[in-house]
Amino acid sequence: MSGDQYTPQGSTRRRAIEYFLGGGILATFASFLYPIIRYMVPPPVADLGVNEVVAGKVGDLKPNSGAIFRFGSSPGLLILSSDGTYQALSATCTHLGCTVQYRGDLHQVWCPCHNGIYGIDGRNISGPPPKPLTAYDVHLRGDEIVVTNKRGA
Amino acid sequence: MISAIYRWLDERLHLDDLIAPFRHKTVPVHRLTYWYFFGGITLFLFGVQVITGILLLLYYNAGANEAFESVQYIMTKVRYGWLIRSIHSWSANLMILTAFLHMFSVLFLKAYRKPREMTWISGMLLLFLVMGFGFSGYLLPWNTLAFFATKVGTAMVGQVPIVGQPMMVFLRGGPQVTGATLIRFFGFHVAVLPGLVGILIAVHLFMVQRLGMSVPPKIEAEWVENPSAKREMKFFPNFMLREMMAWYVAIGVLGALAAIFPWDLGVKADPFGSAPAGIKPEWYFLFMFQTLKLIPSKVWFVDGEVLGILGCGLAGLLWLLLPFFESEQPSRPKKWITGLGIFALMYVMGMSVYGFLAK
Amino acid sequence: MAFLRNNFRLLRAARTAGLAGCFVLGACLSYGQTTNSCLDCHSAMPDPLGVTQEKFSQDIHSQKGLTCTSCHGGDASSYDPTVSMGTKAGFKGKIDRKQVPQLCASCHSNPTYMKQYNPSLRTDQLDQYHTSMHGKRQAAGDTKAAVCVDCHSVHDIRPPSDPRSTVNPVNIATTCSRCHSDAAYMKPYGIPTDQFANYKTSVHYQAMMVRGDLSAPTCTTCHGNHGATPPGVDKVQNVCANCHVFQAQMYGKSSHFKAFQSLGLPGCVVCHSNHGIHQPSDAMLGTGPQGVCMRCHQPGDKCDLARVKIQSGLMKLDSSITNADQTLSVAEASGMDVSEARLAQTQARDELIKARVTIHTYQEALVDQDVQAGLKIAAKDEQAGKDAMVERNQRRIGLGICFLAIAIMLAGLWLFIRKIEH
Repeated sequence: MSGDQYTPQGSTRRRAIEYFLGGGILATFASFLYPIIRYMVPPPVADLGVNEVVAGKVGDLKPNSGAIFRFGSSPGLLILSSDGTYQALSATCTHLGCTVQYRGDLHQVWCPCHNGIYGIDGRNISGPPPKPLTAYDVHLRGDEIVVTNKRGA
Repeated sequence: MISAIYRWLDERLHLDDLIAPFRHKTVPVHRLTYWYFFGGITLFLFGVQVITGILLLLYYNAGANEAFESVQYIMTKVRYGWLIRSIHSWSANLMILTAFLHMFSVLFLKAYRKPREMTWISGMLLLFLVMGFGFSGYLLPWNTLAFFATKVGTAMVGQVPIVGQPMMVFLRGGPQVTGATLIRFFGFHVAVLPGLVGILIAVHLFMVQRLGMSVPPKIEAEWVENPSAKREMKFFPNFMLREMMAWYVAIGVLGALAAIFPWDLGVKADPFGSAPAGIKPEWYFLFMFQTLKLIPSKVWFVDGEVLGILGCGLAGLLWLLLPFFESEQPSRPKKWITGLGIFALMYVMGMSVYGFLAK
Repeated sequence: MAFLRNNFRLLRAARTAGLAGCFVLGACLSYGQTTNSCLDCHSAMPDPLGVTQEKFSQDIHSQKGLTCTSCHGGDASSYDPTVSMGTKAGFKGKIDRKQVPQLCASCHSNPTYMKQYNPSLRTDQLDQYHTSMHGKRQAAGDTKAAVCVDCHSVHDIRPPSDPRSTVNPVNIATTCSRCHSDAAYMKPYGIPTDQFANYKTSVHYQAMMVRGDLSAPTCTTCHGNHGATPPGVDKVQNVCANCHVFQAQMYGKSSHFKAFQSLGLPGCVVCHSNHGIHQPSDAMLGTGPQGVCMRCHQPGDKCDLARVKIQSGLMKLDSSITNADQTLSVAEASGMDVSEARLAQTQARDELIKARVTIHTYQEALVDQDVQAGLKIAAKDEQAGKDAMVERNQRRIGLGICFLAIAIMLAGLWLFIRKIEH
């Protein structure tokens, strides 16, 4: 084998091969391991699990007010009513799909697009909405307000 | 330094004895040698599946309500999550493709002949299991296509007389495809199948190493006529290094596919929604799917579907036992087996293309 | 064999006996019921006089236990025509059209009686009817004017909640059109007959028939049912306001309200027309064939300038939403996930819908508020789409680096193989 002979050409060739092999191994492993290590570091955003979403913290909402939160790929509306109970609804109006909001002065859920009114439980009360808003379950876990799909739904 | 560590280990574990057979093993060199690489590439892709699969387990959440969102989370929020998942999906498909290529190359090179019947059987079983991996893994993102593909696929199992219904209920975890099915498939995919495949791969590789590489009868005959034409290379390191080059090419292809065509996530499954039009299984089931579609609903007095499924099962069984129909004289291989192989290849390819194009 | 045959014969005998039993039982049962001699003859008669049991059993009155004699008098227990249809039994025969409202009202205007069947049913239909065009004409002796049975049908009157009822929301327009779209029938009254044809092109018809929204308006929603009459030119907005609250509030405070009132113009209808109300579009603010503003306004005046600004604002928001959608689609097509921006896009669309409602204030500044809010969101979504495309390009660069590493490795391996196999 000529590579093993200690001729000047042989040794430079051998070194070139070593550089290629060593460099290749290092470079490929770096390029394979870099994404893997980045992958294993947990991302800052907690998961998107949609059956269960933390809609906020206790104390974020004043009584008789509401806030929009992300429920999977659609908006949800969390309401803290004046008597201190939480209620979560789908925030997509059943009329033309606008995002509804809670109106403290009406004590009702209101769609700004065509003045659709829903009750605090999601019932369509007046205006164009043809169907009630979907209601979700709300529980408290520590100081987190957890919203889940209704059981069996 | 590596040699120092090796020496230290060798003094204690006598590694040389273990490696010795590999050192002596040779690979015949002829114009069809490149077909020998496909088994190795399949093995490599399986390794990629194991690694990316374990990585996906870090964030995947099995459950009808969480599965889709967790995959979406992997694809969007986890750094390089898109890469890991896309590689896992692409690698799965390439692995099935290379496994099929490996199977057909073994068939046409007549490598299944005595004494390698059991290698063929273990390989065929591996192929079935790999397709099971594909079937079970396909459901895990819990998207609409996967949901209905699983519904159709398990319903076909249910068509088998007598044992079909209980088997379907076992697979689905109930009479319908639900979240329970997802949990089961997840279990099959990450625990049952890897265990079985691991054992079978060990058996398969052991037999390959034990029996060496088969030389196609034609080339064997040429070598007998002209012994000076006979060439071999060492398995280790010569063949191994070439195999590694193939692996690197494979991972390059995977990376390119994942970066340029990230695997689509689709739409979350709605068990009460209606099936989208033109629902089709994954491409590697298409030829069976299309066959079943073409069989009329009643053949004579037998239900067409049942006939089709039983036919597919019988064909699979015969294929598994193929080596036992081959003659033991290497000089006089049975021509009809080659013919059957060509027919099968044409049939699988034709039906797949037909199934792909058909509405 | 003989045993089998005997057995078979036995079975057949049992079956025959069973059938006979059923028949006798049926006959007894029907005898037990009150006899209805009317249907025995009338079900065999040709149409004007023909009423079958099958038809009448669909009728809510039949289901509630009323019979032929409840309306027509007579004695249904007798098969002697002189008795059953005799004056002694109070037989009324064919009810004259003029008498129909009174006859129906004899029960339907009696709260005490109606309470037994449906306490929530109103009992003011006859009073209402007297106020309606139909009722007034009928009182004036016009026999062509609609009476109860013209809309509610005669012997198969179903409750309005039944989808097959002629007065179910989905059928009302067709029921009205039976007369109102008949040019020959309507000729003496000199009113148009294209209402139904127009209504069929309207957004309300779409909502009712295509989207299946039963609360969508049909004829009676605006005109009333028993008291059917046109709402009156200057009161149209009050009718529309029942659903379109917002638009009506804004319009009520606007300059147009006073102007239209003083000119005697019919409010909403001026721009949106009446029966053929189409889905409004931004083109209504334009100068093209769909444009409505310039029918009254002069080119170049203050309002025309505001119109141009409002229209361009809406179109700008519309196009920037469409553009953002396209950018997001391109990003999605190359495999990037932009679901969050997609979600935000619905809010931009909300703002556009809101802006289109705010037009009814006819104040450029107020519309612009909504437009700006929408533009801000759409711009953010557009940016998210572009960022996704940048990310996609970065992936390709990363892939290039990886390829380079693999190429070096392959070259090294190949050289090494060449070296050891030399």
